[in-house]
Amino acid sequence: MAVDFVLDYRPLWAVLISMVAAGLILLSGRHPNLRESWTILAAFGKAAIVYSMLPTVLAGTVLETTPLNIAKGISLHLRVDTMGMLFAALASALWVVTSFYSIGYMRELDEKHQTGYFASFAVCLSATMGIAFAANLLTFFVFYEILTIATYPLVIHKRNEEAINSGRKYLVYTLVAGQLLLIGIIWTQLLAGSGDFQAGGFLAGKASVGVLQTIFVLMIIGTAVKAGVMPLHGWLPAAMVAPTPVSALLHAVAVVKAGAFGILRVIGFVFGPKLLAEIGVATFLAWVAAFTIIVSSLIALAQDNLKRRLAFSTVGQLSYVVLGASLLTPLGFLGGMYHIIAHAFMKITLFFCAGAVYATHHISNVSEMRGIGRKMPFTMGAFAVGSLGIAGLPFLVGFISKWNIALGALQGGQGIFVAVLIGSAMLSSAYFLPIVYMAFFKEPEEMTHHGDHHGQHGEANLAMLIPLVITAVFSLILGVLPNAGGSFYDLAVMTAKSIVGGNLMGGGW
Amino acid sequence: MREQLPALIIIVPLLAALAAPLIAYLSTRLLRIVIIGAILVSHLSALGTLLRVLAEGPWHYRFGGWLPPWGIEYVIDPLSGSMAVLISFISLVVAIYSGPFFKADTWLRKGIFYALYALLTTGLLGMVVTGDVFNLYVFLEISSLAAYALIASGGHKATVAAFRYLLIGTVGASFYLLGIGYLYAITGSLNMADLVHRLQPLMDSPAVLTAVVMLVVGMGIKMALFPMHGWLPDAYTYAPPPATAFISGVMTKVSAYVLFRFFFFVLGAMNGPVPAALTVVGWAAAVGIIIGSVMAIAQTDFRRMLAYSSVAQIGYIALGLAIGNTFALIGAVLHILNHAVMKSCLFLVAGGVKWKTGEHTIEKYAELSRRMPLTMGAFLIAALSMVGLPPTAGFFSKWYLVLGAMEAWMWPYIVVIILSSLLNAVYFFRVIEHVYMKKAEPKATEENGGGRELPVAMLVPIVLLGVGILVIGVLNEPIVTQILQYALPGGGR
Repeated sequence: MAVDFVLDYRPLWAVLISMVAAGLILLSGRHPNLRESWTILAAFGKAAIVYSMLPTVLAGTVLETTPLNIAKGISLHLRVDTMGMLFAALASALWVVTSFYSIGYMRELDEKHQTGYFASFAVCLSATMGIAFAANLLTFFVFYEILTIATYPLVIHKRNEEAINSGRKYLVYTLVAGQLLLIGIIWTQLLAGSGDFQAGGFLAGKASVGVLQTIFVLMIIGTAVKAGVMPLHGWLPAAMVAPTPVSALLHAVAVVKAGAFGILRVIGFVFGPKLLAEIGVATFLAWVAAFTIIVSSLIALAQDNLKRRLAFSTVGQLSYVVLGASLLTPLGFLGGMYHIIAHAFMKITLFFCAGAVYATHHISNVSEMRGIGRKMPFTMGAFAVGSLGIAGLPFLVGFISKWNIALGALQGGQGIFVAVLIGSAMLSSAYFLPIVYMAFFKEPEEMTHHGDHHGQHGEANLAMLIPLVITAVFSLILGVLPNAGGSFYDLAVMTAKSIVGGNLMGGGW
Repeated sequence: MREQLPALIIIVPLLAALAAPLIAYLSTRLLRIVIIGAILVSHLSALGTLLRVLAEGPWHYRFGGWLPPWGIEYVIDPLSGSMAVLISFISLVVAIYSGPFFKADTWLRKGIFYALYALLTTGLLGMVVTGDVFNLYVFLEISSLAAYALIASGGHKATVAAFRYLLIGTVGASFYLLGIGYLYAITGSLNMADLVHRLQPLMDSPAVLTAVVMLVVGMGIKMALFPMHGWLPDAYTYAPPPATAFISGVMTKVSAYVLFRFFFFVLGAMNGPVPAALTVVGWAAAVGIIIGSVMAIAQTDFRRMLAYSSVAQIGYIALGLAIGNTFALIGAVLHILNHAVMKSCLFLVAGGVKWKTGEHTIEKYAELSRRMPLTMGAFLIAALSMVGLPPTAGFFSKWYLVLGAMEAWMWPYIVVIILSSLLNAVYFFRVIEHVYMKKAEPKATEENGGGRELPVAMLVPIVLLGVGILVIGVLNEPIVTQILQYALPGGGR
């Protein structure tokens, strides 16, 4: 398939629009309504820019721009390929939803430091777009580190002892990882003479097996920390101290998926499945991912704090993406990539629900949620949809990605991983469905400690409720029509094909 | 006039320095105008010279028309030209900033401060533009003596620190003098361009070896290369804040420049004892980076923390020289620029906080983000740049240095650079936590309380340098390929 490259500045605008918005947000800190309108405008603007590129990308054209050089011989290269489009379309669409939710949540709780919060959020989205569209390793790294730093103020948002400690933990993990990734990138740069991503990889034959394995490990550690692969996941549950919209968009979609996306880039576009099959490190990564999937689910079972339970569930689900990619089969790659979409819609719904429950009733533990479904039927209904999706029920979006990952495992002759997927599905039913059961079928506790003040609230306010219903509905729709909303499935298929260079069902390489 | 630009770089601030006490007696307002004006003229001359040099190649300016090697010539190539622009720029910015600090002082004190300040500027500029190794010594002593006096003017503790620096610094300068003495003894020349030719056949002689050792020790002391950095922390901590900002920004770098000039241009990096000397410098730098960073973590005084961080950062530059390939040299020269801007910015912030609140321990930085949002914004950028996070300037010098180390396959150096970034993160994020998160205890009085933020004269330089860090970061590629690349030996081939 011939690929057209067309010069287009839209990827640059998509990155810059929220950076500009961040500046405007900081300037209008004293006028909350004006400040929030910048967020909304930037969110819609960004989504519009990204989606305007979708038809062109689906037609097989690649848009790119190189506005300036970042370092000697390396340009700031933004390129909209199918995989970047998938991630950018996802993040920009969900940012619109999250923006409304954020405003509702922050105002309901009357949080402090809202200006810094919205500004950091906007910068995070810029960085996410940069990561999605980065066409070479250095561009990727620049945005990756901007994302690291921009997320920090959100983690420490509460400014208390717990938040500061979580912030430190977060920095230790991410900064160390960033430095390791940097070594890997510089090494690659020297070996290959460039760091341009190429479908199918560009490192083959550039160095000895030992060197390539080392670089792979460095790069994977660098990206796997953000993707929460065990044992590098420690920061993620700690970061749940951040406000819930942050957990929802960043710690379930943008930041952690940037890590998973990085792993996909490294596997598919730096090394390439063929080379990885030769040097044999991907199998190891697959086992680490499998270990993460099972162990994190077991840990999730024991968490009473709802957000922590969701965090460990996230850790496990992210490793689906890693597992799918490291199977090195076309369908595995397809499934892994589609799971970025699937998990995003389901988990953001779950976090939105958790946040709505907390903001409306000040309940953050699972054990306090008896009967909450009677007060908040829509919220908990959405929660049930998300839970079932995570468990992999057919006709929900989670099933499609898992089905493809399982096929990918069989395609590669690694059937054992199918067992891992089934085990994980059962475990995730075990940690989510009891919540749904308790919420709808248990008698509510007597309101003692909070008094009747919060008892008066029933359902969450509309700014929170509408977004979470939308994402829940999308989890349903995408389960039946996997292309709804952004042609996500087609994009994933096209990417997998570009890496394989041919037929998806071919099996081997 | 245009033909005399290189001379103007030096002469204008020198004359201003000599006239300063007299002008101060007449009017202290006029004094500031004259000093800032003189440094501005010097800066513009340096800029004009650099532009011409970039267009037409190195500029040999013969003082009084005497031909080298008898007369003194100034040689401005892209390297010395960029250094002169950098020095005069930092000097200008800090001179503007220094105003509010001396509001309450007598005319004599103001006169003497600005006289010394202009002399220091003259000395440092002279060191980079001269093409004569003895003339360089003269300027070295001018700048050193001015620096001792400036540091001593910081008060009680500063006198001791300055005296200690004076003793050690004089030893350093003497070593340099002995070193060039040996070179003169065997070649009979003091002109750098002349020395290049005359030294070629003599590189393996014991005299050259001795000279190289003396140069390393002499310049090592002046640039505070580990383990010869003992004078630096006290001197930086107790000097008056504007003096510290300027001294920390450029003074050690000028000595690093001298080492670069001698090793890579005069002696040649591959000849005689130079490779061995560079290896020694490299290991000293590597140890210094780690020890400086660890010591910085241990400090409770913000200025002292920055001082130890300077010991570490000068190591980056020395490390780049020691690795010696194109990437590493780009990294070293770029880091001279970056570190000058970021460390000056940080010391200006430290001075601003001291001026406004009277505090200098990190604990007392709590909640400053509310009282000085713009200053702390600049601090944040500078801190991230020190850690080396993109897209700030600090990341890119690190990028080139690691590329160079990787290309030369010098693994220990890579480990040191990476480790140092992480240690930097430890001590800078500790300050950031205080600034943005800790609650301040209510305080009865403030030194110069009233109002948000610093006065404009202090705020503008801080913000300018803060923004500069981002600009250099984003535009590092043009800076490297249009200017710095030509500053390397052989034009960066």
